[in-house]
Amino acid sequence: MSMETEQLIRSLAADNTHRARPVGFVLALGLLVAAPLSLAMFVLWLGVRPDVMAAMHNPFFDLKFVVTLALAVAAMALSLHLSRPEVSLKGWWWLLLIPLGILAAEIAGEMMVPQSLPMMVRLIGSNSRICLTAIPLMSLPLLAGALVALRHGATTRPAAAGAVAGLLSAGLAATLYASHCTDDSPLFVATWYPIAIGLVAAIGALAGSKVLRF
Amino acid sequence: VHETEDEWTSLMRLAISGDSAAYHRLLKAVTPVLRAGARRGLARAGQPIDQSEDVVQDILLAVHLKRHTWDANAPFAPWLFAIARNKLIDSLRRRGRRVYVNIDDFADSIPNEPVAETASASEIAAQLKTLPPRQRDVLQSIAVESASIKDTAAKFAMSEGAVRVALHRALASLTAKLREQ
Repeated sequence: MSMETEQLIRSLAADNTHRARPVGFVLALGLLVAAPLSLAMFVLWLGVRPDVMAAMHNPFFDLKFVVTLALAVAAMALSLHLSRPEVSLKGWWWLLLIPLGILAAEIAGEMMVPQSLPMMVRLIGSNSRICLTAIPLMSLPLLAGALVALRHGATTRPAAAGAVAGLLSAGLAATLYASHCTDDSPLFVATWYPIAIGLVAAIGALAGSKVLRF
Repeated sequence: VHETEDEWTSLMRLAISGDSAAYHRLLKAVTPVLRAGARRGLARAGQPIDQSEDVVQDILLAVHLKRHTWDANAPFAPWLFAIARNKLIDSLRRRGRRVYVNIDDFADSIPNEPVAETASASEIAAQLKTLPPRQRDVLQSIAVESASIKDTAAKFAMSEGAVRVALHRALASLTAKLREQ
């Protein structure tokens, strides 16, 4: 049997009627399929903090979600951008600065109001260990879903695309975790969340460099 | 050069909107360019250029299966060359070569005269026999015997929809098998 290039081209043209779904659709689907697993881990293991109604009056509690969701949205946009083969990160990577900027503004804001607890106590908090475990573990199903979905794309930067998928899944997992955690100081968030999220990004980069090649 | 690339972009837009003849024309038009770039890249990596047709076929399959990642508002050539470079690097890596592929191996290679197919490809051909018989028959009928979807359906007593599914699966699984090599 043989296959000349002209023959291959003929069969590709005959398959032109086949329409693939857009990467964005498949990525949303992958995350939706994985979400129940992460949610189940959250509900069975952590749950929302008992004083959530009172906590919502604290702007620093609410802003935790703004930061984590800003990260998830920025990483989602970057993921879709990187799923095209010809693009570079130029002009796009600054999206990841948005959550950091919000966090920096919060820290400045917190400094301006007198606090009952000293700075180091707020920074160290009482949940750092659970933060460092829960965010990565709850990220894993979402990361797997995102990576499987992104195989539908055509990234020529598999490690970077995997890292961004890690940021996306960690941003979503951190959103869940933020509703459990009683440490609301932006100093705590700026210290421990990035370690947990960075770990997931590293796992994503490693996995991406294997599975996102095409 | 720019006229050629603009023409590719319009052909690809037509292709995406369902014009299979335009798609056929586009693939035929880009193939000599891909071939010249593949030869240049292989030569640079110190590999025999008689493997270039395998690289070309590999690129064409990737172009086909990833064309939904092309943004119809963007020019087609940069997307095409990014896919081509990626497949060239991938194919050198599979041959145990870790080499730097010049960014312009493909972009520079828009030839004045078409480069003919000299060496023949063997990798896809070798994978054909691993396909399920039905998929292989359908692919054979359309590729080698130039039968239409309709005639192929009649020949194998299948619906046209089933022929389309078998054809697409055959192409997708050939691509997967080439990657696993």
